Amino acid sequence: MPRPEFQAPPDVFYNESEARKYTTSSRIIEIQSRISERALELLALPNDGVPKLLLDIGCGSGLSGETLTEHGHQWIGYDISKSMLDVALERETEGDLLLADMGQGLGLRPGVIDGAISISAVQWLCNADKSSHDPRLRLKAFFGSLYRCLAKGARAVLQFYADNVKQSEMIVTFAMRAGFAGGVVVDWPHSSKAKKSYLVLTCGPPLISTSLPKGKGENGEMCSDDDDDSSDEDGEKTVGIYERNRSKKRQKTKKNGKGKDWLLKKKEQMRRRGHDVPADTKYTGRKRKTYF
Amino acid sequence: MRLLTHNMLASNVRGATTGYPLKLEAAKWVTKEVELNADFLRGLLPKIDWRALVAATRALGLPELLPEEQPPEEEIFAEGAANVEGSAIRRIHHALLEIHVQEGSLVCPDTSRCFPIDKGIPNMMLHEDEV
Repeated sequence: MPRPEFQAPPDVFYNESEARKYTTSSRIIEIQSRISERALELLALPNDGVPKLLLDIGCGSGLSGETLTEHGHQWIGYDISKSMLDVALERETEGDLLLADMGQGLGLRPGVIDGAISISAVQWLCNADKSSHDPRLRLKAFFGSLYRCLAKGARAVLQFYADNVKQSEMIVTFAMRAGFAGGVVVDWPHSSKAKKSYLVLTCGPPLISTSLPKGKGENGEMCSDDDDDSSDEDGEKTVGIYERNRSKKRQKTKKNGKGKDWLLKKKEQMRRRGHDVPADTKYTGRKRKTYF
Repeated sequence: MRLLTHNMLASNVRGATTGYPLKLEAAKWVTKEVELNADFLRGLLPKIDWRALVAATRALGLPELLPEEQPPEEEIFAEGAANVEGSAIRRIHHALLEIHVQEGSLVCPDTSRCFPIDKGIPNMMLHEDEV
């Protein structure tokens, strides 16, 4: 399935049936709430228990807003799809909802909002769905109005799916032009599925306290997977024949299977992709009894 | 839509200078009780445009809810005021967070552009020639 951005404009794509599908799928609900939790964590609001007034841009049916409500915050949600907002009404979300197009600017008074989150919405701005749309102008209007409405020092965390590097660069460039400081935090960069990009923006000049947080799964062991293949196969390397080009009979099969090193490497790889992997113990990859 | 949101909202129609405050025309509104949080209000109050809030309550037909001038902060956040029925903080809390405008419209003061409110959701979408 191609991403929804490639199928139709947001107000058309999220029609009644799609909105319902979106909100009844437990998988989407889980992903959405997990992303919103992470976005709220990146928002780094002061931990004093005082509720804040936040924005949820592209709130849809209010799945992400629910996370904000759970943390006690008041929020105002923006969405372009009437059907999604209708579902949000049915679900009796706590926040206020506005039917608006973020590419036309948010239309808020300056300096009144304590923070903003946006889950999987900003990439829609890169599309030109009508002849009058210019992605550049729309990005400019959006980030400009977002910058104006945020209080000084407030943060905005925008999770987005960029189609390519250029798109992501364009989004970041326009955010910086609007006056924001910050950058992109990538969680689980090694996984194609769990990988999530968050644009973390701070209103006002960059400070040490507003330095960019680290993405998850971004530890030192970033070496590519094919670097350490050569260790025990030096002999073959010099011959220069690919194993898979040999006839089946002549292929060298190792007697002991893939071995502990291989197993540990694979486990590490899966861990970096954000999967749940059991810890390495003395039992990992141990020899088994031979059975007949 | 609560009056809190109305207080923050401005129109960005082409031709509007500030687009604020939006004139509220409420045909139907309801109240829903919400727990009062003094800390939240303390952070929020400096950001509230008092005159716009008063004008909005008048538009709903509640002229006695809020005074013309904002009471001093010491009075609003006085010890125990939150528990007194009809105190300033109670009234402000009620006005900002408990009143939900269901049907009506918001009118831009500069251009008279009307934004309808349907089922509590203001439609702030602009036409192509208004951006």
